[in-house]
Amino acid sequence: MPINIDKEIEGSFQIIGGNFVNAGEASTQLKLLLTKLGVDEDIIRRTAIATFEAEMNVIIYAAAGRMHYHITPRGISIKVDDMGPGIEDIELAMQEGYSTAPDWVREMGWGAGMGLPNMKKNSDIFKIDSVVGEGTTIEMVINFPQQ
Amino acid sequence: MTLREIIDILDATVITPLGDEDLNADIRSACSADLMSAVLYYHTPDSLLITGLTQAHVIRTAEIAGIKTIVFVLGKKPDIYSIELAEEKKISLLSTSLCMYTASGRLFRAGLPGCLYK
Ligand SMILES: Nc1ncnc2c1ncn2[C@@H]1O[C@H](COP(=O)(O)OP(=O)(O)O)[C@@H](O)[C@H]1O
Ligand SMILES: [Mg+2]
Repeated sequence: MPINIDKEIEGSFQIIGGNFVNAGEASTQLKLLLTKLGVDEDIIRRTAIATFEAEMNVIIYAAAGRMHYHITPRGISIKVDDMGPGIEDIELAMQEGYSTAPDWVREMGWGAGMGLPNMKKNSDIFKIDSVVGEGTTIEMVINFPQQ
Repeated sequence: MTLREIIDILDATVITPLGDEDLNADIRSACSADLMSAVLYYHTPDSLLITGLTQAHVIRTAEIAGIKTIVFVLGKKPDIYSIELAEEKKISLLSTSLCMYTASGRLFRAGLPGCLYK
């Protein structure tokens, strides 16, 4: 695979809750970095979709959060953690169509209840951990195709 | 179907400046949605997005999904910030006075299929 990753690359972005004007900026920056590295287009698209949904959830539901990425010759690891209300019933939240998004968020085009399923669908490993009253952590791994 | 044909079929006005290359771009499918997660769920790269929402995060959703052209229905136009963002991301913006149903129907009748499910 024509991937120019001989060393590991790490970084992180701050995400501010409620900031819809810059919504998607972190995921867009990561997408740009992966494009520069020459990563496979399908891998970039899957990563961008998964990180964008995670970023939107921080913006919609939490006060603040952080997206950390770690790129290695094997793949991309993403960790998104937030200081937010947490999720009481993770199994329920994972169901397609389940959403607690308020009306004003729906009017902006979010709240279809497909964010967590979208993250799971686009990553090879997906983990979610949440503590009510503290926050939520999402960990995702997207593997590069092995030759 | 070229973007030029789409503009013609929808009687659309052009919001971002388009060169010949943009106008001749080949668009193979379309996706009509006001739900951004749906845009991300269906396989939409190189599709045309038909939507009634105009905020900046719609432009970002398009970029994430690999969509290069957006048509706003009901004559809607985004604010200047979103237009600049679209220009920066090389996403073409159009506006049509048609409603989403009619805009989609006209394009479908002219042979443009829906986006692929993957
Ligand atoms: N970071 C988060 N903090 C708190 N609650 C969350 C978070 N992410 C998701 N949720 C909860 O899980 C539900 C489903 O999330 P998701 O699948 O992204 O759909 P949507 O955001 O469209 O509602 C949300 O409506 C919300 O109740
Ligand atoms: Mg969501």
